[in-house]
Amino acid sequence: MGRLCCLDFARRGAILGLLLSVVAFAAHALTFPELTGRVVDDAGILDPATKAGLERKLAEFQTKTTGQLVVVTLKSLQGTSIEDYGYQLGRHWQIGQKEKNTGALLIVAPNERKVRIEVGYGFEGTLTDAVSKLIIENSIIPRLRVNDLAGGIGRGVDDIIQAVSVDSEEWKARAKQRPDDEPSLLDVLALLFFLFILFMIVRSVASRGRGYAQTGAGPRRGSRGPIFIPIPGSWGSSGSSWSGGFPGGGGFSGGGGSFGGGGASGSW
Amino acid sequence: MSHTLCVPRRTRIPLFTVLAGLLLSGCGVNNIPTYDESAKAKWSDVQNQYQRRADLIPNLVETVKGYAAQEREVLTQVTEARAKASQIKVDASTVTDPAKFKEYQDAQNALTGALGRLLVTVERYPDLKSNQNFLALQSQLEGSENRISVARRDYIDSVRAYNTELKTFPGVIWASTLYRSYKPMETFTVAEDVTKPPTVKF
Repeated sequence: MGRLCCLDFARRGAILGLLLSVVAFAAHALTFPELTGRVVDDAGILDPATKAGLERKLAEFQTKTTGQLVVVTLKSLQGTSIEDYGYQLGRHWQIGQKEKNTGALLIVAPNERKVRIEVGYGFEGTLTDAVSKLIIENSIIPRLRVNDLAGGIGRGVDDIIQAVSVDSEEWKARAKQRPDDEPSLLDVLALLFFLFILFMIVRSVASRGRGYAQTGAGPRRGSRGPIFIPIPGSWGSSGSSWSGGFPGGGGFSGGGGSFGGGGASGSW
Repeated sequence: MSHTLCVPRRTRIPLFTVLAGLLLSGCGVNNIPTYDESAKAKWSDVQNQYQRRADLIPNLVETVKGYAAQEREVLTQVTEARAKASQIKVDASTVTDPAKFKEYQDAQNALTGALGRLLVTVERYPDLKSNQNFLALQSQLEGSENRISVARRDYIDSVRAYNTELKTFPGVIWASTLYRSYKPMETFTVAEDVTKPPTVKF
């Protein structure tokens, strides 16, 4: 009886494990192109001049608004919907500033004839679903229908930038209100004070522990050893969110933003 | 027996505490509450997104009425399904109550189905389809449905992590000792998108 019970338990465990691995596999089955820049032309539909022009525009957008906008063309949606692929791609690349989630993607899948504006949490207030839909229906799709892919994408980017920049001044004001965005004088003083206290503690410990030291140089070196520079969280996060902030600096990377399915899609 | 430990009696208790602390945190003693909090946060996202959809509906119904008042049946279905879904009071405890959870899920699915039929119906009204107000509402509704599916998926993922932790080693030890009040959570049936919308009878 006991053995039967055990067997049953083991079998259930195995089935559960199998189910879990199947679900896990399904969730990770999508592959994403590498984030090579602000324009990722995976489908190869843009000529170098257009691409460079878009890159410049998108970089300028980021310096102005601190948000990140990325254009991506896809070879294939890998059997899923563009909505499903879009938010997962946005999360994978982490487009947009961390904490603020100010990121957006313009996704074009020419083979499936689908286009989508994927909006990060932070832009959902300005680049609403309705605005995204209007941009797609009025600016992008008419051009895609006549096979003017570069024109459609260019106009879409312009409109998205315009929609988001309308209250970029408000964004800037908000950024100023948030004290944790830039290290203030108070932060620096607090850091110095903290370092001073740390130094005092370390020195007192070192002077007490001198008796154990083998050589004369030991305690002094030891006193320097354990000092670490504490970095307040805000510095770390602002550092990471600015990592993509230098146009032409070679690397471009997502700032840590996340997506929740905002935006709109269309097909042509 | 005790002298073999080679640790002075005085330091034994603090040492034991430190070791136990390290051992416990290494064994994931905090995992269950952490996963629990994360799943509950995802659950409130799901609720918010469903609420957001419900808020769009009165406006949508009014707009459709202006152009297609004769489609009374499908409009009534949407309104009633919305009322039904809104009547169900949900909170964080709903996730561990299978009956309540199913009731909520069924009501929301019924609303999804009714909305789907409404959107099919409006295909027959070109004037309505070209109305800017309707277009905006429609895109908001689509966005809402999409957000719901993302929120549901995130919830499913975090519940899976939580439920697995409750049932597997070493979490199962903590679940049966420290965290007896932590119950497995209910989750959505995944394949809502592929199944047909349920038929609703009023």
